[in-house]
Amino acid sequence: MNLATIGAFALVLTSLGYFLGRRRAYSSVDGNLQKLHSLPPYHGLHVALRVALPSVALLVVWPLLSSHLISTMVTSSLPSEIRTQDPHKVEMILNDIRRINNGNTIAQGNNSTIKDAAEYQSMLEQTSDLWLIAVIIIISASTYLWHRKRFNPQLRARHTVEKTLRILLISCSTISIFVTIGIFLSLLFESINFFSLVPIGEFLFGLNWSPQMAIREDQVGSSGTFGSVPLIVGTLVITFIAMIIAVPIGLMSAIYMSEYSNRRLRSVIKPLLEVLAGIPTVVYGFFAALTIAPFLRRTGKLIELDIASESALAAGLVMGIMIIPFVSSLSDDVMNSVPQSLRNGALALGATRSEMILQVVVPAALPGIVGSVLLAVSRAIGETMIVVMAAGLAANLTVNPFESVTTMTVQMVTLLVGDQEFGSAKTLAAFALGLLLFVITLALNIVALRIVRKYREKYD
Amino acid sequence: MNMSNRLSKRHAAERRLHFFGVLSVVTAVAMLVLLFSNIVIHGHSAFFHSEVKLHISFDSSVIDPSGARDRQTLKRADYQSLIRASLMDSFPEVRKRRDIRKLVKLISRGASFQLQRMVLKKPSLIGTTANVWVTSSDTVDMFQKGQFDFNATESNRGISSKEVSWIHKLQSDGALRKVFNWRFFSSGDSREPELAGVGGALVGSALTMLVTLLVAFPLGVMTAIYLQEFAPQNHWTDWVEVNINNLAAVPSIVFGLLGLAVFLSIMELPRSAPIVGGLTLALMTLPTIIITSRVAIGAVPPSLREAALAIGASPLQTVIHHVLPAAMPGILTGSIIGMARAVGETAPLLMIGMVAFIVDIPTSVDDPSTVLPVQIYIWADSPERGFAEKTSAAIMVLLLFLVFMNGLAIYLRKRLERRW
Repeated sequence: MNLATIGAFALVLTSLGYFLGRRRAYSSVDGNLQKLHSLPPYHGLHVALRVALPSVALLVVWPLLSSHLISTMVTSSLPSEIRTQDPHKVEMILNDIRRINNGNTIAQGNNSTIKDAAEYQSMLEQTSDLWLIAVIIIISASTYLWHRKRFNPQLRARHTVEKTLRILLISCSTISIFVTIGIFLSLLFESINFFSLVPIGEFLFGLNWSPQMAIREDQVGSSGTFGSVPLIVGTLVITFIAMIIAVPIGLMSAIYMSEYSNRRLRSVIKPLLEVLAGIPTVVYGFFAALTIAPFLRRTGKLIELDIASESALAAGLVMGIMIIPFVSSLSDDVMNSVPQSLRNGALALGATRSEMILQVVVPAALPGIVGSVLLAVSRAIGETMIVVMAAGLAANLTVNPFESVTTMTVQMVTLLVGDQEFGSAKTLAAFALGLLLFVITLALNIVALRIVRKYREKYD
Repeated sequence: MNMSNRLSKRHAAERRLHFFGVLSVVTAVAMLVLLFSNIVIHGHSAFFHSEVKLHISFDSSVIDPSGARDRQTLKRADYQSLIRASLMDSFPEVRKRRDIRKLVKLISRGASFQLQRMVLKKPSLIGTTANVWVTSSDTVDMFQKGQFDFNATESNRGISSKEVSWIHKLQSDGALRKVFNWRFFSSGDSREPELAGVGGALVGSALTMLVTLLVAFPLGVMTAIYLQEFAPQNHWTDWVEVNINNLAAVPSIVFGLLGLAVFLSIMELPRSAPIVGGLTLALMTLPTIIITSRVAIGAVPPSLREAALAIGASPLQTVIHHVLPAAMPGILTGSIIGMARAVGETAPLLMIGMVAFIVDIPTSVDDPSTVLPVQIYIWADSPERGFAEKTSAAIMVLLLFLVFMNGLAIYLRKRLERRW
């Protein structure tokens, strides 16, 4: 029996409550609905909510409590020579017991103590599930009986239902807010832990990044260095290359779409360009690593230029292609909202179309264009898959686009993929990098959105 | 003269700008075409794979010496030796041990399981002989598809001349064919390229998306309803709005860190399970759903609300019975687009450890599993030659899925959208 089955059972009880409550309301006034304060469905919902809310709460809380209780009981049932071992070993034995119950017979299947413990544990789990069902049934039944007793046609069922739903709405929006706070706090806490191991000054201004940590305490060369400057420089190099591609192409496309093309052409081109932003980044990464990087390397050889196979150039080029629509779509929107009167005025003074565009429309739209470029930059800085697949791992402090550089996101992935202890400096370093990334992109976004919004107010 | 000179210069500048505009659009579209055609060229061949016809004699002394037809014995029998015997019959000239080993390697390791399944399904096969089409190895498949560069030296090109001559013999015997690769859609990951498929990843993606949808859609829509219809206008709600807009632009990898810190290390949910991936992606999709839903709800004209309120509906009834149905097309479109982004997302899932090598197809949301973009990432990193085309083919499947989702969104918008 798993939670989903019990949840489905609670759902059945809830709908039963709904129908019973509704029927009760109907029958109490013999179908003469005007005698009721609230319509029958509200009486149904009134009962259903009262059944559902405690059941849901139980379904969330019960497993947490019971799993703790069960593991305590199983541990105390183990012979004392196992129990008194150090906590890590006991934890491992408990894991084995769990694995046996999940059908994995390979895990120490022949040890009889552990087998007994496994049986004991599965027995406890079944008992716990039965108790949970029993409690849900008792709560539901007593709620229903209580409601039956209190029921009268003047019961303000709609008011209670609406109040409950409104509380539900408020709690939903609170959860959405907690996501932001959660991101910030989890990043902050882990970063503070990290900075207690590595000084913050070294992290922000150190020129060396080699996050090797010792496996044993006495290992030679055990201390890693966590200077993030090479990563930031690498990120900026790749972002810069991407912007060199994306800004001219995106901007010129936007100019073409909003000023030269007709409505029908624009309605084809714009979605077509936006497809570029919709392609998953892992696809771009594969494209960069398998097609663009070898192509660049071969071309480089022709002109006697040594391009690393994981060069910043390949990653930057492909990222630039991906970013094009971020620049073009927003810039196009902004240029479109420049009032026609400005254009007409410029043309009436004898300006050619290009003079009108470059000297009137673009300057008027400039804040919006800058905003769109900033958004694109923040997107490029946080981009992960392209650089993971096409850029390097070694932290070279260089601005040479033909060499291999690494970025903050690449390091976050390499630090966390693979097994290590959660509290180790390596894992925590990823959180510190994440915080840095979060702060940078957040600042860029706030500035960009403010610029765009200010500009919109001017012409709308 | 001076005047017309300047005029022609100005007109040249005009033509230049126009030209650059066209050039940019053409470049961008060309990149798109290049990307797609590159994927299709590399990947289309993976939908077909090679099979080799073997004349297998189901020798009862090998499969079931006791004759008891016990299932365990049939399961454990050495089917590989049947394949070996059959190959040695067809290639009598190959007798050196090393060569025989190489010869057997032309057949996929999955072939013996295929024979095992056949025998388990129909034990009466034992003692008979039959022609069986079995999956060829990656090398044969790649050779059939012309993936080897024969200008390179023998040691560099990955296939020896002997192997080539054997494959030629199989070809001339008519014992080699290409069939549609159903296994690619049904099986899970494998270390052998010819046995690997996206089936497990597809199921994993579906389970992950189910979790995302169940969490993000109700939460997002309810938040949007509250913020748009009920929340008082004050600094607090302004702050919330700014926050949600910023949340939409947080790099996806940061959501992965959040998932790692909250779902894995605090709540101790199982690693690399769809439930953790789904929850993480739900947090990422939430802002998109909230923003688009708010726009859709805000676009419903006030007259609709006023009419409902005027005939005595309560505020909540107004919203649920009138505003929400009218805003539904917009909400659905936005949600589908948000989900489409989540389907293709890889980085946050790497953070929460969804990169394990998983062979089994997941059956529930807490089974270890992988998703399609992560599968692409894993295959892209694999050195075996056969995985290159598999990767491209998996990308084609992913893109097809995205095209379908976005097409659905556009259809819904066109079909259900009402102009007020």
